[in-house]
Amino acid sequence: MQEHILSILIFFPALAAMFGFVVHKDSVRAYGITVAAIEFFLSLWLWNLYDPMTSGMQFMEMAPLVSAFGISYLVGVDGISLFIIILSTFFTLIGIASLTEKRRVKDLIITLLFLEMTMIGVFAALDAIVFYVFWELSLIPMLYIIGAWGGPLRIYASIKFFLYTFTGSLVMLVGMLFMAYFYYQATGQWSFSLLEWYRLILPVNIQMWLFAAFFLGFAIKVPMFPFHTWLPYAHGQAPTIGSVILAAILLKMGTYAFIRFSLPLFPDASVAFMFPIAIIAIIMIVYAAMVAYAQEDIKQVVAYSSISHMGVIILGIFSMNVEGITGSVFLMIAHGVVSGALFLLVGVIYDRRHTKLMSEFGGLASVMPRYATIFGIMMMASVGLPLTINFVGEFLSLLGFYKQSHSYTLVAGTAIIVGAIYMLSAYKKAFFGTVTNEKNKNLKDVNRTELLGLVPLVVVAIWLGVYPKPLLEPINNSVEAIVQLMHDKAQTLEAKQRIPDLSNSAGLNSTQEAH
Amino acid sequence: MLAPISISLASLNITTMAPMLIAIVGALAILCIDLMKEGLHKSFYVMVSLLFLLLDLGAVVDFGNVFLKSGSVLGMFDMMLIDGLSILSQIIIVAGSMLFIPLALTSKRFHEYNYPEYFALFLFMIAGFQFMVASDNLILIFVGLETASLALYTLIALHNRSKSFEAAVKYFTMGALAAGFFAFGSMIFYAITGSVEINQIALALAKDEYVNIGFVLVAVVFLLGAIGFKLSMVPFHTWTPDVYEGSSAALAGYMSIVPKIAGFVVAMRLFEFLVHSGVVWLQVVLYVSVVVTMTASNIWALVQNDVKRMLAYSSISHAGFVMAAILIGTTQANTALFLYWALFSFTNLGAFSMLWVSRQKNLIPGQSSDHPYEKFAGLVKTMPMAAIMIGLFMLSLAGIPPFGLFWGKIYMIGAAVSGGYTVLAIIMALNSAIAAYYYLKLIVFMFMKEPIAEYQKYYLMNASLSLKTIIGIAAIGTIFAVFAVNPLLKVITLFVYNSGY
Repeated sequence: MQEHILSILIFFPALAAMFGFVVHKDSVRAYGITVAAIEFFLSLWLWNLYDPMTSGMQFMEMAPLVSAFGISYLVGVDGISLFIIILSTFFTLIGIASLTEKRRVKDLIITLLFLEMTMIGVFAALDAIVFYVFWELSLIPMLYIIGAWGGPLRIYASIKFFLYTFTGSLVMLVGMLFMAYFYYQATGQWSFSLLEWYRLILPVNIQMWLFAAFFLGFAIKVPMFPFHTWLPYAHGQAPTIGSVILAAILLKMGTYAFIRFSLPLFPDASVAFMFPIAIIAIIMIVYAAMVAYAQEDIKQVVAYSSISHMGVIILGIFSMNVEGITGSVFLMIAHGVVSGALFLLVGVIYDRRHTKLMSEFGGLASVMPRYATIFGIMMMASVGLPLTINFVGEFLSLLGFYKQSHSYTLVAGTAIIVGAIYMLSAYKKAFFGTVTNEKNKNLKDVNRTELLGLVPLVVVAIWLGVYPKPLLEPINNSVEAIVQLMHDKAQTLEAKQRIPDLSNSAGLNSTQEAH
Repeated sequence: MLAPISISLASLNITTMAPMLIAIVGALAILCIDLMKEGLHKSFYVMVSLLFLLLDLGAVVDFGNVFLKSGSVLGMFDMMLIDGLSILSQIIIVAGSMLFIPLALTSKRFHEYNYPEYFALFLFMIAGFQFMVASDNLILIFVGLETASLALYTLIALHNRSKSFEAAVKYFTMGALAAGFFAFGSMIFYAITGSVEINQIALALAKDEYVNIGFVLVAVVFLLGAIGFKLSMVPFHTWTPDVYEGSSAALAGYMSIVPKIAGFVVAMRLFEFLVHSGVVWLQVVLYVSVVVTMTASNIWALVQNDVKRMLAYSSISHAGFVMAAILIGTTQANTALFLYWALFSFTNLGAFSMLWVSRQKNLIPGQSSDHPYEKFAGLVKTMPMAAIMIGLFMLSLAGIPPFGLFWGKIYMIGAAVSGGYTVLAIIMALNSAIAAYYYLKLIVFMFMKEPIAEYQKYYLMNASLSLKTIIGIAAIGTIFAVFAVNPLLKVITLFVYNSGY
């Protein structure tokens, strides 16, 4: 069973979703929680089985699908994808457990379980086409969640979300076909296996074009400025569960794909585009923070803060060194936990008042003390207070980029600090002062169901902020392998200098143990 | 005095005509049975046609084995050509027809199925298409084309609605023009090369190094017009939406698949050698028409209010997409064409069948056409299974993995990439994004809007067990296509490669 654990992880939720059609609608929530819990424990078991000292892929499975065209079902995990997979199962569990939606719960839970399959599939896939299949397939459940359970503009928002992402990924698909064709030219046979593509060294000008094609697909998903316009709509209209999954997991697909595809496949192009992308990342950090400050809707504040943090992740990825990339992978998980929690918290207040406007609130701290405490902790985590989970990731990402450019990092770092303003001011508006609005006087504090979802997130946010080592070590080992691969493949002088050579440094001791 | 002509019967190789003859015999048998006993139920004729089609398919598959052993077979004074292309396309034609004919078994009565002639004409039409693909003789192609088309016009008109008559007459008039084009084009080729066989024409043109390039171009224009009409390439597409709207949804689905594969094979035989011999003008014209067909029809489809008309434009767009294979002209591209069309037939048949099961006899007040989008509003709440089926077919048509058409799409775009047509590959990909919008529109109506009460009783009102079976087959073919792609790809590549395309 161990050797098929990834396939089980991928297809178990889908199978359970099919069975879910039979379950009666009154019991379907319990069914969903059971399935998601089993899946979560399976993913923990995967972590348990995972050897943190090995840098390469583990639990690989391979089955030919379309051998005439080089497509095969190839999956595996390394330290980078492992924790994002666990994050996915964790959030599906929390999302279903704290579900307050009353309308057509059965459809919603079945959709969520299908979505879980596609998310794990994306992070486990090592064949470009399999990756693409899950990547596209993840759009459909999300389209349905936003479009069927969303706010008044839901149809516009869901179609915008779908078409934006779909267009970008089609360009990426052409890029993948080109990649496979170059592989065909070099070796005489078609292959979409990522591990075989890694061995291919492409001419620099071709790398540039392919990098651009992949970039479009990934950047829209992240979303990077100026392709971010779909995200506020999607978040604004999506139901709580949709926003939580979107922010916590789906956005990470883009940043994850940068690490999995763009960096190791096109090291020279990545270095060449390093500073333009860093500028975009800094714009994301600053601009999204400013826009967030201007919002009147709490959910939009969280949505824009999400874009802002994605900027830091991008900056970390394109620092091209072990610290930066490790930091960005860690920040992906941190951001998942924190922004997912914030969206859940916004959902709590929305369920009570059916509004998300900050002007409607004020003085909530005295009415809902537990709620204000949890919100406060998560907000502190979001602004990157030391000893919370975000701090570790942000610090490492910036440290990584500091090695490439002092001035850029200075700007980005200042922007993050300034970015704390909008969060603090939003918190002040909603929670402090006296209760001005009559309707808020008798609000109930968070109930048991909601605590069930929120408390684990608080625990994780603090635990990993204080002691991040269990995650950092495996991530670090896998990132070292990728950075070394990039260094070996790099052709231009600049790329050789920018990407550190780890082969004769201390970083080697971890790879040596991989026998 | 003329010397007596003596030919041995064996040299005629009359078995090359066996598949078509089976269909013709079937048609005649149906007519004879009707003479002897009237008033038989339609299910009888459906099953008889199905049996003859099964025999037909058997004969074609048998030729497939012969082809793999000993290559192409010629017969009837080299009029018949049974090569890989003709075998593959005949399989698609006959199999597509076999999936189509059970759609006659609706639970409501429809005018056309009361006539046994409907089924006879149907079999004649199939024979016509089979002749069309099993020859490289322009005259026989012409005869096959006309036989099939005349039968098809009548089938449309038999639906017995004013819109059907309009559609049939429109199709007939335009078709007559196209036939004229075809005859003119063939005539010019005959005038400059002295032959009506495509490979002879190719040889003769190559021998005198295209000195008559002016005439060749004129001939190509005519033939492109004729075939463009059959394939509904822009700007010869204007008949398509009206004809699809006028005919029954089942027949419209059929028209979007079977006649077109016949057209593609003729186009492949005719234009491929011209593209390869560097007739730049033809390349440019094909390039432009492929891009325009894909893009323009996609944009028209965006603004349709009726699902059937939307699907009509979408099938034009798919035809344009596939036509790119003839422009690219590599073995991979031609393989992609057959793969795409095989997968497309399942999906599209399923989509049109879903319209067919919800066909109503009379429009309700305020309804402008048979299948407005509103009719499907909120379907997931009233009939979740039907909504999921339609959704599945729409997603497949949009090229969302892992459903059927996605595999055809990537193989085709892959062929464009490896054929050196980078820009075309990107245009093809972006067109899929435009197309996604109108397929999603139907999904939005079904899954995200509230149901409209008046329409509810029409859903699945036509559905009988056999229709559901066909839809089930289409759905299975669409979902599990991923496992069929590899064997299909291997077989198709073998056939196409060994036919020299």
